[in-house]
Amino acid sequence: MNIKSMIEAAGWPRIIIALFLLFLFLVAPLVDVKISTSVSDTIVRFGRNGVMVLAMVPMIRSGCGLNFGLPLGIIGGILGILISVELELTGMSGFLTALVLGVGFGAVLGWGYGILLNMVKGDEMMIATYVGFSSVAFMSMAWLMLPFKSKAMIWSFGGSGLRTTISMDNYWTNILSDFLSFRFFGQIFPTGMILFFAFMCFLVWLFFRTQTGQAMSAVGQNPDFARASGVNVDKMRIQSVILSTMIGAVGIIVYAQSYGFVQLYLAPLFMAFPAVAAVLLGGASLGRVSIVHVLVGTFLFQGILTMTPSVINSAMSMDISEVIRLIVSNGMIIYALTRRVKEVR
Amino acid sequence: MSTNQIAVPSGHKLETFLLNSIIPIIFLVLSAGAIYLSGYSAPYVIQEMFTRLGRNLFLILALLIPIMAGMGLNFGMVLGAMAGQIALILVVDWAVVGLPGLMLTAIISIPIAIVSGILCGLVLNRAKGSEMVTSLILGFFAKGIYDLTVLYGMGSIIPISSPDLVLSRGFGIRNAVSLIETRGALDQMIMLNIKGIQIPLGTYLIIALFALLIVWFRRTKLGQDMRAVSQSMTVAQAAGINVDRTRLIAIVISTVLAGFGQIIYLQNMGTLSTYNSQDQAGMYAIAALLVGGASVTRATLVNAVVGVLLFHILFFSAPMAGKAIAGKAEIGEYFRVFVAYGVIAAALVLHAWRRRRGEALAARMASAQQAQAEGGTA
Repeated sequence: MNIKSMIEAAGWPRIIIALFLLFLFLVAPLVDVKISTSVSDTIVRFGRNGVMVLAMVPMIRSGCGLNFGLPLGIIGGILGILISVELELTGMSGFLTALVLGVGFGAVLGWGYGILLNMVKGDEMMIATYVGFSSVAFMSMAWLMLPFKSKAMIWSFGGSGLRTTISMDNYWTNILSDFLSFRFFGQIFPTGMILFFAFMCFLVWLFFRTQTGQAMSAVGQNPDFARASGVNVDKMRIQSVILSTMIGAVGIIVYAQSYGFVQLYLAPLFMAFPAVAAVLLGGASLGRVSIVHVLVGTFLFQGILTMTPSVINSAMSMDISEVIRLIVSNGMIIYALTRRVKEVR
Repeated sequence: MSTNQIAVPSGHKLETFLLNSIIPIIFLVLSAGAIYLSGYSAPYVIQEMFTRLGRNLFLILALLIPIMAGMGLNFGMVLGAMAGQIALILVVDWAVVGLPGLMLTAIISIPIAIVSGILCGLVLNRAKGSEMVTSLILGFFAKGIYDLTVLYGMGSIIPISSPDLVLSRGFGIRNAVSLIETRGALDQMIMLNIKGIQIPLGTYLIIALFALLIVWFRRTKLGQDMRAVSQSMTVAQAAGINVDRTRLIAIVISTVLAGFGQIIYLQNMGTLSTYNSQDQAGMYAIAALLVGGASVTRATLVNAVVGVLLFHILFFSAPMAGKAIAGKAEIGEYFRVFVAYGVIAAALVLHAWRRRRGEALAARMASAQQAQAEGGTA
């Protein structure tokens, strides 16, 4: 009985995935996969993707659903990065400039996005998805036309239009990750990036302890009750969307400093789905989310993505990481969507 | 849904018409501008229109029945497209060519489409009210299963003998499959040639046949049930209609039709892009239908035809138009991706906004009536 209630509390998908991950770690040595490399990769990817998963929290809290519009925040962050590179700012000053500008763009984009989502209450997720998709396509046109001049970013031939992939190597690759980093079983531990992620989580946690944060959660739990107690529901929802979009902007900047590249054009199109899947895997649902869900979910999801290809590759010499990613992440989202009806009933 | 059909005072008929056809009107202007800028000649444009009508219209038919059943745009139609593609790969391997090959493909696609349609319908019945987002994600999920089957299962578990199909590593299907033996089999069946413009009448006849079937289907008991379900699931249930079963059938029909549609599309194209064809099928079919003036709750055959023409004119002339405006064909290419996503976003926003306005109006009218009744008794 006790075990049954524990299983129900954790949710079947999370248990299955966790057991699968454990199994992969156990099997890894048998097929000559180095555990230390795998663990290190998992940790790096945990820090790299974590902030984007965190961007789900405010919108779920305020009842705006899963933030499939994450590409909007990503676009804000990319704009910040591009301007900072255009200004030839390197090192910490470049990174911070990108961060400040990115968050600023994120706030503006999030504001418009929030107003739109208030017009379409009840259909947020579908519209968020397509707003994300169409803004990525729109910005692809912009990347071709915006007057950036930096030689590091534009095509060497033709003289205009941004490259599809821009290297951060001469600017601020690993600027967070290398901070206080140390060697651990022969692998580099990205202390700074993990600390930064922890700090972001702490900020969000703190925000939801403030009065505004409490009001936001109240809107998500019961909009009518919140309105009756004098909370401006629409305003709270807009604020949550702005917050999510700003965190999304920070997310892509952290991602870029760890990955070493910024990918433009259609690359951000599907970036929302792994983040959505990760937070759901962590145990969040459409009406409930916490920082723990973000941490657990990001770890499990990135763990699966790191371990599956290396283990299966060595065991059967085929690379099915992409397929696993599609099935796990979308399977997770469908599970959450089909469970909502039950909760409502 | 009833909230969309609010009675409008007669003076506002023109306004309502304009509001309802705002998207087709915008696209008429956009398409005309794109043709002008692209500099394509009139015969070329007309030829493209006839070709693309035959190529794409059937896929759009697959969307009509779920809309009728109140389930919105069936993004899960990619499941049907995948069924069609799997059948096509098998038939190419068995080297059955020409029209018989195409018919065999259609027959083989049916059971695969029915099974995936049933699974899709079962999932959507558990996600009432958010069918569209669920079917969209289900399409992505199915892509994972499809990739697993085609990229790893075919040639290893499912026997594929043709070395032209299998990757050099021994299993998995190549990125592009040439359909040279079946290419145009349906289009060439009856090909009219009017002043140098080729009209694939055979394909048109098949499309017309299925369009008539859909018109007939609307009048059957099952078709009426679907419309009742779309009005109100609770009322339909109370009237003795098995709501879940009706919705399931709508999705199965849609999936099977999408399979046929994809086969017709691919026989015209002549190449199967093994891992991408189905995604484009879903997105462009939905975008085209919406461009034709359909909404999430209402779609007609006219919407489908108008949509294919307007959307695809813009689609093939956008790169050249982009080159004429900005000196870069890529701009036009991204522009059409933007248009496809943007029109879906706009239609969804319009739908949600109208529904909310309708709900607010209904609530206001109800409270006004209540106030009147109370005033009467006092």
